[in-house]
Amino acid sequence: MKAIVVGCGRVGSSVALQLHDSGWDVTCIDENEDALTRLGESWTGGFLVGHGMDLQLLREAGIEEADAVVVTTDGDNSNIVIGQVAQERFEVPAVIVRVLDPGRAQFYSERGLRIVCPTSAAIETLVGAVRARETA
Amino acid sequence: MYVLIAGGGKVGANLTRSLTRAGTEVTLIEQKAYRFDKLEAEFEHQVVRGDATELFVLERAGIKRPPDLVVAATGDDEDNIVICQLAREKYGVDKVIARINDPRNQTYFDLLGISPTVSATGSIMALIEHEVPEHGLIHLLELRKENLEIVELTIDKGSACEGKRVSNVRLPEGARLISVVRAGKAEIADGETQLEAGDQVLAILESGKEDELRKILLKP
Repeated sequence: MKAIVVGCGRVGSSVALQLHDSGWDVTCIDENEDALTRLGESWTGGFLVGHGMDLQLLREAGIEEADAVVVTTDGDNSNIVIGQVAQERFEVPAVIVRVLDPGRAQFYSERGLRIVCPTSAAIETLVGAVRARETA
Repeated sequence: MYVLIAGGGKVGANLTRSLTRAGTEVTLIEQKAYRFDKLEAEFEHQVVRGDATELFVLERAGIKRPPDLVVAATGDDEDNIVICQLAREKYGVDKVIARINDPRNQTYFDLLGISPTVSATGSIMALIEHEVPEHGLIHLLELRKENLEIVELTIDKGSACEGKRVSNVRLPEGARLISVVRAGKAEIADGETQLEAGDQVLAILESGKEDELRKILLKP
């Protein structure tokens, strides 16, 4: 199975490593060459330097054959646009996009994009943890 | 008319000034503090500070009314795409106009159905092409959605079509001549129109057929 991870920061690199460990063919894309160090010296997957909005680069990474694309750059709007293109133009079967802003996360998930919103998850957990006191 | 403009750089600020002078109600959104202060000094309460891709910022600027027109004029193409999608689909704004900063991103705007778009680089490139035609063919208009374009060319002496009627010219599939201008007089091209060297011809054709058209109308 083939996965592309766009944005190889703290989250992206960990996702890439775990998928790679479980046998996936993974290619990472990041604007910053230094992001490769997050993958460790023994990284045998792909790594391309460039912007995730670059269609040529996405093709080079193998988006046309990809089973999954994970979009985790540090820009919500870049993630939203790249995710839509992966889903609508390249028809990648599983596209998952990280969006930090809960407002945009909700709007785009209603629109059919698979969104992970760590902010909403944190809010829910925090409120839940506090409210657990009510029944304690 | 009520217009909401996202992005208070040169484009957004000048638009706000021009529209306000013309009597249009405008709200401008700008995120950066140093720009906002300057803009506020000039436009006062018309400027809202914040990230125009955040729902609450758009709402504070009045997007729920909704505006007659939203102009996404930030310096960031992804932001402009998201602003247009939110305006149209979440808030029911009828008309959006998007600025494209990097012409390579045109594909994204087209793919996501965001139009019309305006790109300074793209417009200047089109002018350059018009002034310095490439291989005898000037692109006048591109109907991107329809995959058609309208081009202008001048029939060469010695070309395959010289002296022939249009009905006898084997135009490529997916190409038609629209009009012929000779000695300053224009006529609509039909099958009877005879083509002569020096005629200025307008043609409509499917994108990608330029080379085939050149072979017939220009010198080999």
